[in-house]
Amino acid sequence: MPLRAFNPFFVILILAAGLLAGCDQAPPASVPTQGITVPAFGDTFIEASIGEPSNLLPVLSSDSASSEINGLVYSGLIRYNRDLRLEGELAESWEVSDDGLIMTFHLRHGVVWHDGAPFTSADVLFTYQMYIDPQVPTSYAEDFRQVADLQTPDPWTVRVTYKQPYAPALESWGTPIHPRHLLEGVDVTKSPLSRMPIGTGPYRFIEWQSGEKLVLEANSDYYEGAPYIRRVVYRIIPDSTTQFLELLSGGLDFMGLTPLQYSKRTDTPAFQRSFNKYRYLSFSYSYLGYNLRKPLFQDQRLRQAISYAINKQEIVDGVLLGMGQVATGPYKPDTWVYNPNIRRYDYNPEQARALLEEAGWFDLDHDGVRERGEEKLSFTIVTNQGNDLRVRSAEILQRRLKEVGIDVQIRVVEWATFLKEFIFPGNFDATILGWSGGPEPDQYNIWHSSKTGPRDLNFIHYKNSEVDALLERGRRTFDQQERKQIYDRFQEILAEEQPYTFLYVGEALPVVAARFRGIEPSPAGIRYNFIRWYVAADEQKYAR
Amino acid sequence: MLAYICRRLLMMIPLLIGITLISFVVIHLAPGEPTDIQTDLNPKASAEMRERLRDRYNLDEPLMVQYGLWVVQLVQLDFGESFALDHRPVRDKILERLPVTILINSLSILAILALAVPIGIIAAIRQGGLFDRGSTLLVFLGFSMPSFWLALLLMDWLGVRYGLFPVVGIRSLGYEYLSGWRQVLDVLHHLALPVFVSAFGGLAGFSRYMRANMLEVIRQDYILTARAKGLPERLVILRHALRNALLPVITILGLSVPGLIGGSVIFETIFAIPGMGKLFFDGVMMRDYPLIMGVLVIGAGLTLIGNLLADVGYAIADPRIRQK
Repeated sequence: MPLRAFNPFFVILILAAGLLAGCDQAPPASVPTQGITVPAFGDTFIEASIGEPSNLLPVLSSDSASSEINGLVYSGLIRYNRDLRLEGELAESWEVSDDGLIMTFHLRHGVVWHDGAPFTSADVLFTYQMYIDPQVPTSYAEDFRQVADLQTPDPWTVRVTYKQPYAPALESWGTPIHPRHLLEGVDVTKSPLSRMPIGTGPYRFIEWQSGEKLVLEANSDYYEGAPYIRRVVYRIIPDSTTQFLELLSGGLDFMGLTPLQYSKRTDTPAFQRSFNKYRYLSFSYSYLGYNLRKPLFQDQRLRQAISYAINKQEIVDGVLLGMGQVATGPYKPDTWVYNPNIRRYDYNPEQARALLEEAGWFDLDHDGVRERGEEKLSFTIVTNQGNDLRVRSAEILQRRLKEVGIDVQIRVVEWATFLKEFIFPGNFDATILGWSGGPEPDQYNIWHSSKTGPRDLNFIHYKNSEVDALLERGRRTFDQQERKQIYDRFQEILAEEQPYTFLYVGEALPVVAARFRGIEPSPAGIRYNFIRWYVAADEQKYAR
Repeated sequence: MLAYICRRLLMMIPLLIGITLISFVVIHLAPGEPTDIQTDLNPKASAEMRERLRDRYNLDEPLMVQYGLWVVQLVQLDFGESFALDHRPVRDKILERLPVTILINSLSILAILALAVPIGIIAAIRQGGLFDRGSTLLVFLGFSMPSFWLALLLMDWLGVRYGLFPVVGIRSLGYEYLSGWRQVLDVLHHLALPVFVSAFGGLAGFSRYMRANMLEVIRQDYILTARAKGLPERLVILRHALRNALLPVITILGLSVPGLIGGSVIFETIFAIPGMGKLFFDGVMMRDYPLIMGVLVIGAGLTLIGNLLADVGYAIADPRIRQK
């Protein structure tokens, strides 16, 4: 998956859900002491969602509350396994032709929808057609537009032909497959399935009380075997503090904590008896991005000087309370694509001052702010409301930059206004934002020079022809070794030029009620094997 | 009287048009559109898709045309379809949030009335006494205390530490399995904290108002007369003074009618109550125009009706006004 928007709500939700989970770089804070217990069916798993899911038809929804529920109700052809490698889900196997143009999926036999209808390749064809249908207001059509042709020679085979080799395409077949027999010929936006979904996944939908809760029940016909946990309840609790109080009072079995909650409020004996804590790096990072259309930031030495002047470890310690790592580039430090051998910008104010002076910035009038001729070395960082971590990061780095003679103002703006008035029109100096992504390393949409249009994601206007060529080659290459070389070079260039100062990679901090067993932390987080979690028969809490 | 009411009702029409027109324009002045929220910074959304959404929502029409389309829908009593990702009718979204909001607000107004009236009376007749000073301190404490802070303290203390009250929501998880009267008890148990918190904050205004009215009334000549003719103090206060002091309460009650459907975002967020405040707030953040307008129209309508009811109630209660 390329990177997804870092909407303020997403941030909270991602932190809360630990959904886009990453590796367990650090070992779990407390390893569950598992006696010998026998997996048993039954019990209820209760978790909370900050927001109400918007729509349970995956084609229409883009919020993480919906995708988390849809992840249990629907299945895709393929998915990421515990080691973040692609494996078959509805597809038993697949092949990619040597030229990368044709992908053939062989589907599982005997899979049924939750209403009993059989699942066939016609559902896959329908899903593809629905995603590219201009009448369907979906945000996910782009990957499927690369498809030249999709054929279903028999009910168990799907053959997809692409216009050009496109490596991220494989991942796009993790998209949930929708039921043709219920959606064909109807206006999907009016379909009742948006409130009561029918999929092929491990859990079937039971009920949804708006603003209150949503209930799923184990699908006993699931093709990988029925999940142990009988019910999953999502309670809608829009405030993180309240969620935590509810967790303490026993009303929740799972929660993604904030660094503050994790470090200050979970060390009581009572808490440690009732919950197991986990932590691992999340697939997201925060950065300070420079508007490269402004002449001020076109000088690479200035950008490098700022990177040296900011103490990134201090931000990790102060803002994340140490629950994170310093970011050095766009990739998570424990993935195959991450390149550790690049120029680093460890805190070094002397180096920063030297670079500033080399670029002609001196504080001749001794007012604490450097100037070059008439121009003062002063700029504004704009960031969005609703994300305290960003605002606090801004405050910390503001002080460090002042120490080397750079004057920084901070402006915090509501999300929609922030995008419309500042980011997209290019009406900003620098911004603190974040990107979240996944295992797929393609970064075309964020760094390619063709993506600098009015609403494109390369809103800092980064342009580098070598990077362009690398990004184009990277998404046409399937071989991982070859891709690694391409993206290694890409990271070297970014590190040298510092169009962003990469700040930090946060950690997901989930806690799970101690009665749940079978949790095996992996590079994919903890939720990947949810259907194998269980509660021993004598420890079950809910009979219904 | 009837003619008066009819005239007032007719006058409400231009008022409503004015209110909705101004609201409509102001909402559209805020930067960002519903399509932005759904597509911005999403690498998988193309420009065409944005155009498609705009077209679907009639966002490329001139503002006045959009307003016209909306009014045409409204007179058919149709609030339209929400721009949020669920595409549900605005009417349904509002209706499912209304009952709990009205329940909490009515309970809280009742609690405020039940407490504020006696507090106001006693504080007034013992002006400057211990009770007066004590109650003043208490109600102003409630007034100045941020409700979210009080709520969190109570939740942590009464909910988590002592387990006396449920922390969040309006019913238990096993609600469906409870018998009829247990369901009622369950809901009341859940509502105790939220109603207390919201009433505590509202106590100050009402009780001070009551106290001031009472103080004014007991200085009137007819109270002096009542005392002079030897009535017991209890009768003087409860029969002669209280009735007159209660008159302005009608106005306040009328004005609180629109408040019945309004909710507080912070409050609902903390207690995880699916009420109107959160619905409206999310609507604004999503730039969900039909939903915002739906809530505003209902609010405006209730405000106007509340004012009318207050005036009518006043006229019924006070012969002096009726004669004018």
